Amino acid sequence: MSTSRSPYRASAPALALFPALAIAVFVIWPLANIFSRALSWDAISRLSRNSSIHQVLWFSTWQALASTLITLLVATPTTYILARYRFVGKRMLLALVTIPFVLPTVVVGAAFLAVLPNSMHRSLAAILIAHTYFNIAVVVRMVGRRWEQISPLLTDAAATLGASPLRTFRTVTLPILATSIRSAAAVIFLLCFTSYGIIRILGGPSRATLEVEIYTRAVQLGDLPGAAVLSLFQLVILAIAMWWWIQPTPGANNLARIQMYATVPRTVRQRLVVYVVGTATAIVISVPLVMVFVRSVTTGSGVSLKAWRMILGNHATGLGTRPPLAAFWTSLQFAITTACLAGVFGLAAAGAIAYGNRRIGQLEALVMLPLATSAVTLGLGLLITFDSGITDLRSRWIMIPIAHSLVALPVVVRVILPVIRSVPQGVRDAAATLGATPWQMWMTIDRSLITRAWVMSLAFAGAISLGEFGASSFLTRRTSATLPTEIARLLGRPGDLVQTQAFVLASLLIVFIAVSLFAVDGLRPDRVAT
Amino acid sequence: MLHVDNISVMLGATEIFHQLSLDLATGEVVSVVGPSGSGKTTLLRAIAGLQPLVSGRIFVSERDVTGIPTYRRGIGMVFQDNQLFSHLSVFDNIAYSLRIKNTLKATRQRQVDDMLRLVGLAGFGKRSTTELSGGEAKRVAVARSLAAEPEVLLLDEPLTGLDGELHRRLLEDLSVLLRERGTTVVHVTHDHAEACELSNRIVDIRTLSH
Repeated sequence: MSTSRSPYRASAPALALFPALAIAVFVIWPLANIFSRALSWDAISRLSRNSSIHQVLWFSTWQALASTLITLLVATPTTYILARYRFVGKRMLLALVTIPFVLPTVVVGAAFLAVLPNSMHRSLAAILIAHTYFNIAVVVRMVGRRWEQISPLLTDAAATLGASPLRTFRTVTLPILATSIRSAAAVIFLLCFTSYGIIRILGGPSRATLEVEIYTRAVQLGDLPGAAVLSLFQLVILAIAMWWWIQPTPGANNLARIQMYATVPRTVRQRLVVYVVGTATAIVISVPLVMVFVRSVTTGSGVSLKAWRMILGNHATGLGTRPPLAAFWTSLQFAITTACLAGVFGLAAAGAIAYGNRRIGQLEALVMLPLATSAVTLGLGLLITFDSGITDLRSRWIMIPIAHSLVALPVVVRVILPVIRSVPQGVRDAAATLGATPWQMWMTIDRSLITRAWVMSLAFAGAISLGEFGASSFLTRRTSATLPTEIARLLGRPGDLVQTQAFVLASLLIVFIAVSLFAVDGLRPDRVAT
Repeated sequence: MLHVDNISVMLGATEIFHQLSLDLATGEVVSVVGPSGSGKTTLLRAIAGLQPLVSGRIFVSERDVTGIPTYRRGIGMVFQDNQLFSHLSVFDNIAYSLRIKNTLKATRQRQVDDMLRLVGLAGFGKRSTTELSGGEAKRVAVARSLAAEPEVLLLDEPLTGLDGELHRRLLEDLSVLLRERGTTVVHVTHDHAEACELSNRIVDIRTLSH
C-alpha cells in the first residue's frame, strides 16, 4: 500500500524550527543547567547521608503507591457504569468527574480543607483522599475508553463456556483492560509522586514529597545545589515510571475492532447499579466544590459576605501586599498570553510533526518533554538559568506565561495533532486537481477542519495557566502573584477572614475553570454538526 | 433433548417473535433458516440465556433452564464473528472451559491437543488468535465450544464471510465432526445449501411462531 506524500512537507522544517528552539532554550538548557549543578559530589554525598531526605523519598513513594491503589479501586464502579451503559445524565456525570482533574491542585487542597473536619487537616488521610478525588478522571478516561470497546459478545462467549460473571471479569475483561489499567496507574503514580499543591496545602510541615522538598530547599533554605540534586533524582524516577508506562503488553491490545458498546441498562439490577453508583459519584464529586463556595461565605461568626466584599472591593490583606483581586487580573493576563504562545507554537509543532518526514516527526517526543519534567523542576531550571546577564528574564513578567506555555504545549499538541492527521489526503488531492496550491489547499481545506480543535486547545492552555502552581511558586513575585499562589499564601496565613478570602478566590477560580471547560465541551467534534 | 416452548422475545418495543416453539431430539442437527432480520440470532441468544424471554420456557434434557444463567445451562454457542479471546493463545482459548471445570493439567493438555487435531489445527496451540486466517479462527471457535462438551451447541451463521473453497471444506469438516460426536445442534443460516449439507432437518423461523 502506498500513501501520498504530504503536500506541506516542504514547509515542515520551518514549522518545526520555532517550537524546537523554544524547547531547547526554555526546557533543555534549564534542565542541563540543573544537571551540571547537580554534579557536585559534595551536594550528592551530603543529601545521600541526610535521613530527612530518605524520609521524604520514602514518603513520596509510598503515598503515591497508596493513592494509586485507592484511586483504582474507588474509580472502578464509576468507570464501569460510564463505559458500559447509556443513561440520562451520563454526559453531565462524565463532565463532573473530569472537573477535579482540571482544577488547580491548590483549589482541590482548599476544597478538602473546607470538607474535612479540623482534626483531619494536615493529615495523611486528607492527602490520600484529595489525591483520589483529583485522579478519578484518569481512571474513568483511560480505563473507561478501553472498557467501552469490549464487545458484550465476548463476555457472552465466556458465559456460554461456563464462566460466571465474576470469572468472566477476571479472565476476559480484566486481562483486556490490563494495559489501560497499567497506563492509568503510571499516570496517577507520576502525578501523586510529584504532588505539590495538595501536599503544600494538606500535608503540613512533617509531610513533604520530593517536589515540596525541592521548593523548600531552593526558595526557603537557599540550598540550590541540594534542590538541583533532588530534581535530578526525581527526573530519573519519572523517566523509569514513564518507561514502564509505555511498555506494550503483547496481545492485550488486540481487540477485533474499535467500536463502542455501551447499552441501555435493561434489568432492574443494572438500573439499580447505574442509579446508585451514578448518584454516589455525583455527590462525592460535587460536595467538595460546593463546600468551597459555602466556606467562602462562612466566618467564625456565621454566614457573611464580608470576604467577598473585601475581595471584590479590592482591599489589601496586609501592609505591603497587593489586593487579592489583583492576582485575578494577573492570572487572566497570563492565561491569555499563555493561550497565544502555546497556541502558535503548538500549532506549528503539530503541523511539523504531521506533515514532516520521520526525522521531523521526532519533534513529538521533544514537545512531550515538559510533561515528563515536573513543573517545579521546570520552574527551578528557569529560575537558575535566567537570572543574570543578558538572559536575566527572571524579573520580567513574560517568564511566567513562558513557563505556563511549556506546561501547556504537550496538551495543545495532543489536542491538535490527531485532528491534523485525520484530514483525508483524498480531499487535498481533489483540491490539487482543481488547481489549488499547497497554501490555498491549507487555507481552504485543512484550516477549516482544524480551527475548532485549535480554539479548544487555546481554552485548555488558558485553563492550565489559570491553575498552574508548581512553576509559578518559583517565578512569581509579590507584584506578579497568580490566583493559585495567592490562594496558597492566604491559606498559610492566620486569621479567619484572610482564610475565607482564600476560599473566595478558589470559588472564582472554580467558576473560571468551569466556564473554560464548558467552552471546550461546546467545541468537541461530536458536538459539531457536519 | 432441547424443547423450546412458546417463547416470545421483545427488543425494546419490537416483538422479535411470538410464542415460538422448537423441539430437537438427541444428536439431531436442525438448521433454522429465514431472511435477515427475522430473529434467527435472537432465537439462539434466547436459547443460550443471553436474551431475556417475555414468556415461554426452555428445557434441556427435560430440565427447565429458563431461569438459569447462561454459564450454568450447558449450552454452547459459536458466534458469527467467533469472539475469540485475543489476549489468550489458541490453546488457552480452547482450554478456557476446561480451566473453569478445574480439569487436571495433563488431561487438559490432552483434550486440547485432541480438539486441535479434530479441527485440523494440530500444532497451532501456541499461536496468537490474531495470527489466524478466517477459516482457522472459525475452527478454533468450534473447537473451543466443543471442548466444553455442551449438551446443545448453537451455531450462528458459522460459515458466513468465508470464501468458496474454504466455505465448502469447512462445511464438510463441520458436518462430519458434528455427526461423529453426536452433538445436538441448532444451526442458523440464510444459506439453504449450507443448511442441506449440515442438518437433518430444515425449518423456516417464520413457521415456528404461532
